[in-house]
Amino acid sequence: MSSDWVWVMRDYPKCTGCRMCEIACSLYHEKKIWPEASMVRVFMLAPGLEVPHLCAQCHDYPCVASCPTKPKKALSVDEKTGAVLVDRKICISCKNCIRACPGHVPFLHPADNKATICDLCNGEPQCSKICQEAQYNCLSTKYYTKGEGEHINHRLYSKLPKLITEGLSELIYGEKLEV
Amino acid sequence: MKGYAGKYAEVDLSSGKIKDVKFDDKTLRTYIGGRGLSVKILWDRLGDKWDEVDPLGPENVLLILTGPLTGYYPGGRICISGKSPQSNGIVGSTMAGEFAIDLRCAGWDGLIVTGVAEKPSYILVKDSTIEVRDASYVWGKDGKKTSLTLSRDVRDEWNKKYTEREWREPSMVYIGPAGENRCRIAGVQGKWAHGAGYGGYGSVMGSKKLKAVLARGTGPLPAVDDMDRTIKLIEECRKACYTNDSFRRWGTGNLGYAVGNDSSSEPVRNWQEEWHDEKSIGVEQYESRVWVKRFWADFGCPTACEKLSVVRVGEFKGAVTDNPDYETQAYFGPNLGVFTPEANVYLNSMIEDLGFCGIQGGNVMGFAGELYQRGILTKEDLDGIELKWGDAKAFAKLAEMIAFRKGIGNTLAEGTYRAAQKLGKTKGKDLLKYAIQSKGVSCGAHGIRSGLDFVQPVSYACSVQGGDHTSVAYIPITHGSSEHTTLISDSGVFCMFNQFKVTPQFQIDFINAVTGFGISFDEWYNDIAKRILQIQRAAVLVGGPDASWAGVDENPSRFYEPLPSGPYKGKSTNRDEVEKMINEYYQIMGWDSKGIPTSETLKQLGLDNVDKILKEKLKA
Repeated sequence: MSSDWVWVMRDYPKCTGCRMCEIACSLYHEKKIWPEASMVRVFMLAPGLEVPHLCAQCHDYPCVASCPTKPKKALSVDEKTGAVLVDRKICISCKNCIRACPGHVPFLHPADNKATICDLCNGEPQCSKICQEAQYNCLSTKYYTKGEGEHINHRLYSKLPKLITEGLSELIYGEKLEV
Repeated sequence: MKGYAGKYAEVDLSSGKIKDVKFDDKTLRTYIGGRGLSVKILWDRLGDKWDEVDPLGPENVLLILTGPLTGYYPGGRICISGKSPQSNGIVGSTMAGEFAIDLRCAGWDGLIVTGVAEKPSYILVKDSTIEVRDASYVWGKDGKKTSLTLSRDVRDEWNKKYTEREWREPSMVYIGPAGENRCRIAGVQGKWAHGAGYGGYGSVMGSKKLKAVLARGTGPLPAVDDMDRTIKLIEECRKACYTNDSFRRWGTGNLGYAVGNDSSSEPVRNWQEEWHDEKSIGVEQYESRVWVKRFWADFGCPTACEKLSVVRVGEFKGAVTDNPDYETQAYFGPNLGVFTPEANVYLNSMIEDLGFCGIQGGNVMGFAGELYQRGILTKEDLDGIELKWGDAKAFAKLAEMIAFRKGIGNTLAEGTYRAAQKLGKTKGKDLLKYAIQSKGVSCGAHGIRSGLDFVQPVSYACSVQGGDHTSVAYIPITHGSSEHTTLISDSGVFCMFNQFKVTPQFQIDFINAVTGFGISFDEWYNDIAKRILQIQRAAVLVGGPDASWAGVDENPSRFYEPLPSGPYKGKSTNRDEVEKMINEYYQIMGWDSKGIPTSETLKQLGLDNVDKILKEKLKA
């Protein structure tokens, strides 16, 4: 078995809040700088507690399971990378995937109103590339074997920004901050 | 016009009316945005009655402007301006953060705020919708509480109402109690540790009863003229910034020991000295004792000179600030005789919560400290505070008195220049000699006496923004440190720290890639920058109502005292050299022997109206 599925590892305490990941993501996908269309969005619910929020590729893909379109689902798993792919022609903007996601990571694109989820840039995530280039090292690209995602608990990273932030506040500020 | 969202919102707080304002292509090409455009808007609206407009009165116009490069040039910033309650001229004061990006993504290039709200208010921008809302429930709250409360309330509301996404926080600028109480040294604050300090626009917001402005935009940044070229320039700029090892690794806080020790130009005990050898305040002490983030940055920044500092143990536990950056490290450190990182972070944290400009706040407290040292201010004058150098808690108490205008704080809240005048009268002494300021604006933490720092003897004396170390007069004007060059980033609007490793030409190229203006190097320095500076010069010369500066191009008198300590002991500023440089600068700028822009200069730049007003106002 080859290790060729892709994952963006996130090291929250290292996020600088520079949002170069959003710039890279939206330039790659939109040819524009468009923070709210970026598939990675850095939440800054309190200063110093910056949280890059992007799909964690849960091993059981609750978003895909929730997709109601028939006969074909708008959401599917990319066999090459493990990313969730959205077929924008089929998506009916029902928001089921947003609600099904433990972290409410997907969102409707501000322009076409279709579900938008990290597609791992076809295997070369631009967000971690720029983060590494700047040596901020919050995001980095890792590889794993298909079907073994559950052993590295990707799903634990699919959390609401508020939860992540409040946890992070204990580490950064030494006390829990209500955000 | 490419690079621009295409409209500005004028919010009249008196009537609650909001309207779109647009500028024609020629105006945008001439004044760009941010500081440049602020100058144009202010002079157009207030120029003919400039001397009568009270900066803290309802007539003043508060400008919160982005520029065409904001969000594109790495390190986005917002420019805050208006008639300055410090200089009575115009100061373009910039601050980093996400607010400017959100404003542009919401489809606005900036906000023009007029009038006075009936009750404490905040402005909320959500894409094309702008509302003025009640802020009574956060009025009186400090910076952290204000930002956490407003951010949470608005986010919760959006998450309930709009289910297409998990909403991010609205970005914001806000004021603390110092701004609410119209302290002239109050800054417009952001992200707990950021501030647009120079100029005193926190007090202008306070005078308008405007507690905060919040924004979230879901659109893209405005389209540019040449996207491929812009992307190339972004990449080039990043690569250049990556080589700024000192700022990336240690931030400007690295200078806290270096400037004091090596270049002998750091304020120590209200500039009585400019040298120290206190290794206890070296950046590596901050790194090991208080840094919790080595890289902290704002939108698109490849430098991350900010480092997040938190005091986790001891008497100052809970204090939070950024690096602290050199300026506030110096002003709440050596300038107050404080040489321990924790105490320094504590004072920074407190001052930011109260909503002061770190430089103006640290300067006026150092001034008070020296008066106490000399017995001019007594314990009784200070409501029982023994204001000894190095006593961080004593200075913190004083800061609270200033923010809430209690006792002597009411006078110090007016800033060093005005406080020196007022106290001088009560005490029957010349106290201006202890005031380290230029044109009502306290000087940045870079002295001129040793001659080894970046500032020149003419820098503060002739700057149109007074003591502002980020906008200094410099010969030659094409140098990277000159206010002509600063105008690129202040009008752009982006971070000047990301200019250090690129040339001015690079920045002009960037403007052209984004806007398609086709501005040449020569046009920038001899036309565009010069025009903006002439208007700023006119405004500060006319000044008023309580102070004006015609004929007052000078350094603080302390800068002529010999340095009393360190390797450059005895060195001082040479008055003849200063005079020579001032005259040279006048000639370069096209000013007459009294420093007034000549009719010829102004007419050449199409500023006939400035000429007319100057003639009228300065004759009287």
